[in-house]
Amino acid sequence: MSLALPDGSEQLLAIEGRSLWQDAWRRLLRNKAAIVAMILLAIIAAMAVLAPWLSPHPYDEIYWERIQAPPDFANQHWFGTDGNGRDLFVRTLYGARVSLMVGILATGVSLLIGVLYGATAGFLGGRIDSLMMRFVDFMYSMPFMFFVILLMVVFGRNIFLIFVALGAVEWLTMARIVRGQTLSVKRRDFIEAAHAAGVRKRKIITRHIIPNVLGPVIVYMTLTIPQVILTESFLSFLGLGVQEPLTSWGVLIAEGAQQMESAPWMLIFPASFLAVTLFCFNFLGDGLRDALDPKDR
Amino acid sequence: MSEQLLRVEDLSVHFALPTGFLGGHRPLKAVDGVSFTLAAGETLGIVGESGCGKSTLGRAILRLIEPTAGRVVWQGQPLGALAADALRGLRRDLQIVFQDPLAALDPRMTIGEIIAEPLVTHEPALGRAAIRARVEAIMAETGLLPQLINRYPHEFSGGQCQRVGIARAMILQPKLIVCDEPVSALDVSIQAQIVNLLMRLQASHGLAMLFISHDLAVVRHVSHRILVLYLGRLMELAECHDLLAAPRHPYTQALISAVPIPDPARERRKRRIVLTGELPSPLDPPSGCVFRTRCPHARPICAEQIPRIEPVRFGHSIACHRWQELPATPPAALA
Ligand code: SF4
Repeated sequence: MSLALPDGSEQLLAIEGRSLWQDAWRRLLRNKAAIVAMILLAIIAAMAVLAPWLSPHPYDEIYWERIQAPPDFANQHWFGTDGNGRDLFVRTLYGARVSLMVGILATGVSLLIGVLYGATAGFLGGRIDSLMMRFVDFMYSMPFMFFVILLMVVFGRNIFLIFVALGAVEWLTMARIVRGQTLSVKRRDFIEAAHAAGVRKRKIITRHIIPNVLGPVIVYMTLTIPQVILTESFLSFLGLGVQEPLTSWGVLIAEGAQQMESAPWMLIFPASFLAVTLFCFNFLGDGLRDALDPKDR
Repeated sequence: MSEQLLRVEDLSVHFALPTGFLGGHRPLKAVDGVSFTLAAGETLGIVGESGCGKSTLGRAILRLIEPTAGRVVWQGQPLGALAADALRGLRRDLQIVFQDPLAALDPRMTIGEIIAEPLVTHEPALGRAAIRARVEAIMAETGLLPQLINRYPHEFSGGQCQRVGIARAMILQPKLIVCDEPVSALDVSIQAQIVNLLMRLQASHGLAMLFISHDLAVVRHVSHRILVLYLGRLMELAECHDLLAAPRHPYTQALISAVPIPDPARERRKRRIVLTGELPSPLDPPSGCVFRTRCPHARPICAEQIPRIEPVRFGHSIACHRWQELPATPPAALA
């Protein structure tokens, strides 16, 4: 890169540099799969939010005369109806609401716990660190699906319980990632330079460590969301998901799978929404990882 | 000697290395009983092979690492006795320049933010315009175009990054700079520029400087006095000229004979003292004189007793049992 300036031009304006974030953003925008993924996700999210206005049918209205009806434009059942005669299009979008919300909230919970826990362990180091990480190892060895099922049985099916349970599982990996990153950032010279300059510990964490740990965390976050959605679908598939008449993609797919032969639309539509969403998050995560990867620089 | 800024007394840094799984520890003596003084405006070069503890010594003086024993006295004040806050306040006078120039800069911050960090930390009341003016002034002084203030480290070359590191160290007008191998990661063509920049800054600001390097050729160029370190121990400490012209310690003699002389005829005539053997592990240093496994003059006494640091004459000290018997100059060396 040339930094030579035409001398005598007396340019007083500072040249704007490109930060690593800007560089990463630029690289991400060059990744077509990631862009398509972002657009599709935005569309799905918008549809989920606007669900009540996109269709004339409420999500819990039962049409006795149209049970398990195939897609039908005359009655505006674009995806057909389910086994109880409810409009599948609206139900798919309401399912999206639940699935996306579970995905995002549970990931948020895991992010909050994981980042705090991991950064604390990594920064403090020593005995505290090894104690904290042994606890994580211990939690890892637990059969979590079993616990979730137990919780459901004891406390009843409760959507918030699902958030908490899934977040509680996912934060373990997040904590490990953040701790590893913190450890490696902590050892870098610029942290020592900050110590040498007399910067306080708290400032070092907020000003130097967190911004440098954020990249991998963001990548992992985009990969956690689909994982959580999938786990929720699995729980719903087992009949431990959200309560009727609310629904999620997992519930819809479970119902659809039972009627696969007689009413394939009941499976195809929710399943394609789920599949597209999972693909999109994975492509976005991959794109972000490539964009943020320092080895590419 | 002019005003004494820094006095290092018997400084030791030992790391406890865990051994095995029973929680046993083994001491790694990175620095062992090093003493010296430093005056304002003076440069002390610290030479030694990699792994000899010279970087640890520099960090222990700045208290980035806690010394195990000994004292660091800064302007009459022992640093070890200071509370954390007082020490933080003193840091404005004590700065450091690192070996790897890019790694020493936070990749997420602009050059301007990086250089301003010590200033913002120690003078929090300063307004944005004042900070910017100070940053631009120091950038100009260290040979950086002030227009580059909003650029990021990864857009810079190694030499420029090192200038940024120097600007950051200089912005508070410190009294002491520890330069830890400041040029060894740089291109040879850039090294001279950075060394000259450091010398110029030192002369114009009356800085005291600790110049740590494995490269005697660079150290002799910048230093007033040179301290030779081997496995964490002081071997010889003398005025730069004395040390080069009449090295007394066998290790110093070997180091000097390894520096190429720019005159080919003399270079050919010169006899090199080739050190045999490997550098011993600092985990398991030789008994007595740590240099004895590679010293051509070693005698049984060298294995039994640790040589004391003795004055050859004023300002020249040495740690060797046999310095009085050995020739003052290496055979047919620089003469
Ligand atoms: S004390 Fe002995 S081994 Fe050590 S440098 Fe002197 S002569 Fe060599």
